[in-house]
Amino acid sequence: MSDEHGSVFDGLLGGDDSAQWAFGTGFEDPLAGVDTTTPGGVDPAELAAYCLMLGDDALIMSQRLSEWCSRAPDLEEDIALANIALDLLGQARLLLTRAAAADPDVLPRLPEGSPVPPEDALAFFRDERRFRNVWLAEVAGGDFAHVVVRLLLFSVARLALLERLRTSRDQVLAAVAGKGVKEVTYHRDWAGRWFLTLARGTGESRRRLLAALDALWPLQAETVAAHPLERALARAGVGVDPASAREEVDAVLGQVFAVSGVARPEPAQPSGIGGRTGRDGVHTEDLGRLLAEMQAVARAHPGGRW
Amino acid sequence: MTTIPMEPQQEERLRAAFDATVARHDRIEPRDWMPDAYRGTLVRQIAQHAHSEIIGMQPEGEWIGRAPSLRRKAILLAKVQDEAGHGLYLYSACETLGVSRAELTDLLLGGRQKYSSIFNYPTLSYADVGTIGWLVDGAAICNQVPLCRTSYGPYGRAMIRICKEESFHQRQGYELLMTMMRGTGEQRAMVQESVDRFWWPVLMMFGPPDAHSPNSERSMAWGIKRNSNDDLRQKFVDMTVPQAEALGVTLPDPELRWNEERGHHDFGEPDWEEFAAVIRGDGPCNAQRLAHRRAAHEEGAWVREAATAFAAATAQEGAR
Repeated sequence: MSDEHGSVFDGLLGGDDSAQWAFGTGFEDPLAGVDTTTPGGVDPAELAAYCLMLGDDALIMSQRLSEWCSRAPDLEEDIALANIALDLLGQARLLLTRAAAADPDVLPRLPEGSPVPPEDALAFFRDERRFRNVWLAEVAGGDFAHVVVRLLLFSVARLALLERLRTSRDQVLAAVAGKGVKEVTYHRDWAGRWFLTLARGTGESRRRLLAALDALWPLQAETVAAHPLERALARAGVGVDPASAREEVDAVLGQVFAVSGVARPEPAQPSGIGGRTGRDGVHTEDLGRLLAEMQAVARAHPGGRW
Repeated sequence: MTTIPMEPQQEERLRAAFDATVARHDRIEPRDWMPDAYRGTLVRQIAQHAHSEIIGMQPEGEWIGRAPSLRRKAILLAKVQDEAGHGLYLYSACETLGVSRAELTDLLLGGRQKYSSIFNYPTLSYADVGTIGWLVDGAAICNQVPLCRTSYGPYGRAMIRICKEESFHQRQGYELLMTMMRGTGEQRAMVQESVDRFWWPVLMMFGPPDAHSPNSERSMAWGIKRNSNDDLRQKFVDMTVPQAEALGVTLPDPELRWNEERGHHDFGEPDWEEFAAVIRGDGPCNAQRLAHRRAAHEEGAWVREAATAFAAATAQEGAR
């Protein structure tokens, strides 16, 4: 869990300036004195897989959002998108670290004596088929309307989930959720305000917004579809069954659509191939390309220290 | 800015008050009278600095997607985000002189205002992220710390905040290189290669030698600029040599040695022809940097128009 840079949890613990700076500022220390043992009656492998689902959603979404850096329509939005990407990256680091601690078998094999910490082994040395994020997070980006719609659909579902995860029997998940709720509330607010602005701005902005919604809506269903593993962990009091949040997700999206004067799209079938989705490690072609970029330097130097 | 015509005597009094403020090392504030040329020089300098922050997001931003650890990715993303923030403060400081951010952006995109020449060099390995932090931010700090005491208030105050963040970036860059030097042989070679490539362009960041610096003298008299290019360059070299030793890299200058008599390091002359070419627009990445900025600006136009239209419509609804 620790390396020469200290624990990845330093950012949650307030810690020194640098940890605070890399993760944003102004939060309490939700992991102080947190119990990191796996709660009784829970299969560590299942807990690890569940942490990967939530962690990979955050990691891959963060990678997509950070593509906007230096490309946003205005400096203010450049800064906002980087903030959101940083928040999600912070969540991903905690969740990947938690996954590795719960079940070291999730870690890819690295050369003996490799200095790569668990979070990086999982992010940079894991193959595509072992990533468990939803497709909504991974598909290649488009214009600004695309990032607004993607983030709206993503953050509405994630916030509803994190709110429920705060009472998890797993102390780490509960703490990550406690911190994440504040962050994702802001992400949802940012996306909702831009959705409204683009819907009611100009003919051009409305046309682009509706096109993005058309393209991304089919991927929304996966964010509230319950995977058997999620249901099992929900029964154990550790995870959240996304189906339990569906009503809230529908209501929030309905509100945003109504105020924006956008008709709610017809319910879509969860994406996937033969019933298998991102949660099962079946992805779109876009994820491979994303990982090829993200993992390139780390994989070229498996014994490297960064 | 429209200047209201006034009596010659009145202008003389205002000019004397301005000169006295500068002589006392006090601040000139936005509503104070100032000579037109002072205003023009400040706009040019602050805008150039703001543009440098914004263009400077690109060379490092290139590596956010490929950062080799999640910790480094967070550090790099936050750093590039800080640069956007610095650009914002500086454009705001410029706006207090009566020029809008939109006008300055147009001047940058039209190639009529410049940005720091260093950002026209490419970033070719992850070590460059560390080298930019250590050397480029280090040189920027040497240039900028004296500006915290510059005579124009909003600029000086923006610089205080920027310098604090820059020195943080410099430590992080150095720490990355230090960590890489403790890694594999390949990593150490990557660090040395990066330092070799950046050393001379970094020395050029202080501008041409004093004898050939056309705007320096007047800027110093007005308290906008506080140290000469050559003094700052010397200070930077003296500061960097022991850091390079601690890191275990060689600075690529055969003439570099301690001069006991002067109490400073002697060092070689950068290639001023290369500097002139980069300033002229013929550096390795000039066209690429401007094209990237222009594309972001043009592709964002419909979003800015939508925001303006929505704000106007909302204000109208509010008025009803």
